[in-house]
Amino acid sequence: MSPSVPLQEMIRAIRSARTQCEERGVIQRECAAIRAQFRQTDNGGRSHNLAKLLYVHMLGYPAHFGQMECVRMIASPRYSEKRVGYLGAMMLLDEKQDASLLITNSIKNDLSHSNQYVQSLALCTLACMGSAEMCRDLAPEIDRLLRSSNSYIKKKAALCAVHIVRKVHDLGELFVPSARSLLSEKNHGVLHGAVVLITELCERSPETLERFRKTVPDLVQIMKGLVISGYSPDHDVAGVSDPFLQVRILRLLRILGRNNEAASDAMNDLLAQVATNTDSTKTVGNAVLYETVLTVLDIKSESGLRVLAVNILGRFLLNNDRNIRYIAMTSLQKIVLTDHNAVQRHRGTIVDCLKDQDASVKRRALELSLALVSASNIRSMMKELLIFLSSCPPELRAQAASGIFNAAERYAPSKRWHIDTILHVLTTAGGDVRDETVPNLIQLITNTSELHCYTVHKLYRALLTDISQQPLVQVACWCIGEYGDLLLKGECQETEAVQVTEDDVLDALEIVLQSHMSTPTTRGFALTATMKLSTRITDNVDRIRSIVSIYGSCIDVELQQRAVEYNALFKKYDHMRAAVLERMPVIQKNSLGQTNGELSEEPMKESQPGKVKQEETALPPQPAGQVVDLLDLLGGSQEPLQPGSSVAGSASTQLTAAPTSAGGDLLDLLGGFEPTPLAPAPTVTVYEKNGVTLTLSCEQQSESGLTVTLTASNSTDSDISGFTLQAAVPKSVQLQMRAPSTDCLPAHGGAKLTQLVVLNNPNKVNLKMRIRVSYTCQGSVVQDMVQVDSFPGL
Amino acid sequence: MIKAILIFNNHGKPRLSKFYEHYNEDTEQQIIRETFHLVSKRDENVCNFLEGGLLIGGSDYKLIYRHYATLYFVFCVDSSESELGILDLIQVFVETLDKCFENVCELDLIFHVDKVHHILAEMVMGGMVLETNMNEIITQVDAQNKMEKSEVSASLKICYLDQIQ
Repeated sequence: MSPSVPLQEMIRAIRSARTQCEERGVIQRECAAIRAQFRQTDNGGRSHNLAKLLYVHMLGYPAHFGQMECVRMIASPRYSEKRVGYLGAMMLLDEKQDASLLITNSIKNDLSHSNQYVQSLALCTLACMGSAEMCRDLAPEIDRLLRSSNSYIKKKAALCAVHIVRKVHDLGELFVPSARSLLSEKNHGVLHGAVVLITELCERSPETLERFRKTVPDLVQIMKGLVISGYSPDHDVAGVSDPFLQVRILRLLRILGRNNEAASDAMNDLLAQVATNTDSTKTVGNAVLYETVLTVLDIKSESGLRVLAVNILGRFLLNNDRNIRYIAMTSLQKIVLTDHNAVQRHRGTIVDCLKDQDASVKRRALELSLALVSASNIRSMMKELLIFLSSCPPELRAQAASGIFNAAERYAPSKRWHIDTILHVLTTAGGDVRDETVPNLIQLITNTSELHCYTVHKLYRALLTDISQQPLVQVACWCIGEYGDLLLKGECQETEAVQVTEDDVLDALEIVLQSHMSTPTTRGFALTATMKLSTRITDNVDRIRSIVSIYGSCIDVELQQRAVEYNALFKKYDHMRAAVLERMPVIQKNSLGQTNGELSEEPMKESQPGKVKQEETALPPQPAGQVVDLLDLLGGSQEPLQPGSSVAGSASTQLTAAPTSAGGDLLDLLGGFEPTPLAPAPTVTVYEKNGVTLTLSCEQQSESGLTVTLTASNSTDSDISGFTLQAAVPKSVQLQMRAPSTDCLPAHGGAKLTQLVVLNNPNKVNLKMRIRVSYTCQGSVVQDMVQVDSFPGL
Repeated sequence: MIKAILIFNNHGKPRLSKFYEHYNEDTEQQIIRETFHLVSKRDENVCNFLEGGLLIGGSDYKLIYRHYATLYFVFCVDSSESELGILDLIQVFVETLDKCFENVCELDLIFHVDKVHHILAEMVMGGMVLETNMNEIITQVDAQNKMEKSEVSASLKICYLDQIQ
């Protein structure tokens, strides 16, 4: 009677269950029976029950109640029970379970058992799930076993030692002497274990590496024996003698020869011999060759050998077997940085692999192709990569798109090519590009002023064909809004002229606005673009007005807010509209390395200047004095500007103009809007002209926080309206302007205006503030600027 | 290091699952399901290496698999193992199983899952390759089975003797 019959009956029962529910029922009954039997004292069938439980565990049902039974079985004197017990321990226990501590003693006893199979069970379990404490306790035992005469035990002890070293790095020292002596073994299993142990020790500590360098001649000797020896039936796999051991030794030689001339010299002959003698028609031979090539390329080998190695890789690339091609590309990836030219020679084959049916091969080819792009081959490579992008599997799209962008960024031969490439990627894989693509592209377009006409034509045409790719639509809307006049002019040198009427353009934008495919962000873009067009076109301003007013009652708060503000712009501030909506200034190109998290906020601010407003809920659009052309303010100093409350349109101009300052610390979003009482702290008059006085007082709130209160008063005979303040501070200081208490200053100092400014100066730099004052008095707009260098009370 | 060895059939039912790193039971089942999902999508004539699993995959790990009739043998390894070497290891494993159970088929694996575990324990230990010589493995497994059988028959004899007396 074989001991597993009850197990087999249960398996049969489970298999005959026709539905999942039936199977669950069978398993629950069995588990209940097993639990009951566990509680009983010793009976003959204990091992069967645990075996059944392990089967149930493999199917995915809970089996934790078997843990204590495992512990009991391991302690039993009978081999069959020990066997199942240890198997159970490996499957059910791990370091986090308390029960695992209980088996430490059993393992210790079993390690000194007279029967080698019991010893091997203990070693196996220790190697699989031994915790750090167990390893520390039992390491001396393992070291003793490494010196035993039984090769079966020795090889298992060697691998167990590897596990111990991985868990507790310090114990590596303990095993160094035994590892060294194991190299003179004849048994391949022991040799294999020894090489793995030495590899692990060398990888962990450089001093050990130095000591093991002396073993290079021994290793070379062993390899030679394997390569030259004839057919040995024991370890032969398809004609190659113990390929597993050969591969391991080659790997160890690689680690020992790295950066060391002497060791590398000792290996040169051997590597040449292996490279030429190994039969490459079978997979095994290729495994050894592959390892040899990697070793040659990693150590300081002579140039002839390197050439040989790269040629072997080239041959691998042309092999029909896909596995070999995959392996070849993996290894080329490892050397592309060091031996770039050698890999470039195989560029053609690699690019062909992009078209392979196999997804794994495609993945490797994509990574390699991206690594091989250089200034000289950018055009041809990009063509191939774009073809790949249109047909590539979805999981590789994002990687391909971002790789293409990086390559285009680095090596673009001309701006037009760059813009074309990005547009191509957006049309084919628009859904998979990263979020920063939109602002990056917009920045690129604004910088290329000579191509505005070309770009807007292209984008318009792309918009007409397909409005499902959101990034593309966003960029297109933005460009049409900005450069609509160029579009309507109709003529363009770079591309064929197309007659576009104002109605066409507005139709296109309206389709985007109304389409269910457009996200709220895209709609925001489209609405702003429509508004901008009101100054660029002549005939259909009423149409724009009606579109805008419709969205005044849109459910989406963002759009509603924008529409309401644009409406206000039409109604009350029509005279300002042209100034507010004029062309954007050129955005300074941030260098690549400075893409920080804040930059990705840019599109948020770009597309949702209204978001700024959301925090202020129903702030009425601030009136005049907000002349938008801030270039002179920013041009004069390199400080980021914090605007006061502002109109949506001007907000977008201001916010995107902000990154003009180098390093672009982006703005804090405007804070709350509760009017705060005047601070009684010491005040100083900072500005006094034409009857308008501005005083400043500040109060230190915390280590780096400071509240500044600006108070304005009017001692002239006439009322002042539209009084606004804007402030700019040094780069590292963060500034938040609260809403002013009012914007009118009645004559003769009837009432004062206060505005609170919260500063945060974490770097404790010298605090300076530049304040711009603007107001309307007797119908004329007055603007002035004052710099405050010293703050009272600081 | 080998992280896991999985054998499942064409419908995704696990026939053997051995993990060399600890995961809790739910994660183990999820890994089996995810691996099956990835591997079953592959064509017949593509390469045997797969990347891109999320749970047990990650940047350093690949799945190396071989499809024999109704069973998939999948090894999940990291970059310290030679990929072609593991392919050969799978071959050696299957040949060993074939020797141990005459002409092994899926039913053998189903009904003798504990035996398969013991054979595997002679080949891979703690995530590392232990022995690749087929004859050596079979010798050891046979010796251990004999030991187990002799124990059982000894205990049966004792029970019988008890009953007679």
